[in-house]
Amino acid sequence: MLKAWLIFKKDLQQEFRTRYAINAILLFSVVTLTAVSFAIGAFSADSDILSALLWIILFFSSMSGLSHIFVREEETHTSDTLKLVSPATSVFIGKLFFNLFLLFALEIITVPLFIAVMNLEVINPSLFILVIFLGSLGLAAGGTMVAAIISKAGAKGALFTILSFPILLPVLISGISATKKAVTEPLISPAASELQALIAYAVVITTASILLFDFVWNE
Amino acid sequence: MKFIAESLSKNFSEFKIFTDISFKISSGQCLAITGRNGSGKTTLIRVLSHLIQPSAGKISLLENASIIRREDFYKYIGLVGPYLELYQDLTAQENLEFFARMKDLNNYENRIAYLMERIGLKGRENDLVKTYSSGMKQRLKYVFALLSEPEILFVDEPRSNLDEQGIQTIYEIFEEQKKSNLLILATNDSDDLQFADMRVDLNA
Repeated sequence: MLKAWLIFKKDLQQEFRTRYAINAILLFSVVTLTAVSFAIGAFSADSDILSALLWIILFFSSMSGLSHIFVREEETHTSDTLKLVSPATSVFIGKLFFNLFLLFALEIITVPLFIAVMNLEVINPSLFILVIFLGSLGLAAGGTMVAAIISKAGAKGALFTILSFPILLPVLISGISATKKAVTEPLISPAASELQALIAYAVVITTASILLFDFVWNE
Repeated sequence: MKFIAESLSKNFSEFKIFTDISFKISSGQCLAITGRNGSGKTTLIRVLSHLIQPSAGKISLLENASIIRREDFYKYIGLVGPYLELYQDLTAQENLEFFARMKDLNNYENRIAYLMERIGLKGRENDLVKTYSSGMKQRLKYVFALLSEPEILFVDEPRSNLDEQGIQTIYEIFEEQKKSNLLILATNDSDDLQFADMRVDLNA
């Protein structure tokens, strides 16, 4: 775990010097949010549409930055150097931490902005935060594994979104449904099945990724 | 320490890079891999250092007759090669501290200071790697490879981008490495080949 932490710190240090991924993610989310708010207006959409729009913005914004964590290692020829000093599992966990950090940074800015701009009234804020948190875990875990797979390919940008979509679809479906309930229901219980699905997805995809990452990382 | 390669082959799809490479070397020896351009020297070094898998064959590292597990292999090796890069947006010191901590080294500050002075980079520790010249980057790669005093040192194109003083320094390092550990070079240079006790010729 210490090695994963060191890799996370190294990636964070590099990111704060170049600001490549965080700028891409934040700019994409703000531009999309602005376009959506102009297109449908603040008071015309109901909670179903707003919940879906929130997750579409989060999904596509994360697609613009999550792949960077492995693509950068390949493009700067540092992946071999990293292989020489670290077991594969530590690399995956370190990169997962970094993508989680990116997603949380994205959500801290985008979600309050979305609520304010789209005039979204959240009846159950604790459920809303829990859904966003669990959804981020799933997005980060699935996105990190796909990023590792596509980093060795030629057309990385297009491949990442195409491959991620079917893998991350369960997070989107459960996230949208649970967000809709957080917006309309005062209790957590109506969203129990969606929360279970999000937790199960995060656990399964993280475990499977840790077990399979060695095969992806070492060729 | 013994390093054994048995019947190694590597193909990329249908394209054969090399076939049936076998050798056995022990501590105190140097193996040179030679061959014309495109003969597979770099690929063989990458296979031997476990960066890529062979298509067939087996590699074993033995310490007192017990086999080192593949997952632990990285703890025993150092590698210098043109395809390896350090993190350009970090300073040399930040790079080396990161790698030293990843390799669980103790007292790494002293080791870094010693190697930076020895290799001729003292005073440039806090410069970003991207500001280094290609010769300085090559020297820094030697510091990276030697941080953990590796049992096996792999060097692909040892003299690449180095000036005469740099070449002299790395030859001294090769002498020391050979005294108690293993050295594997991929080179065609006759001066480098003076260190070799054994040779794998990929033209053959």
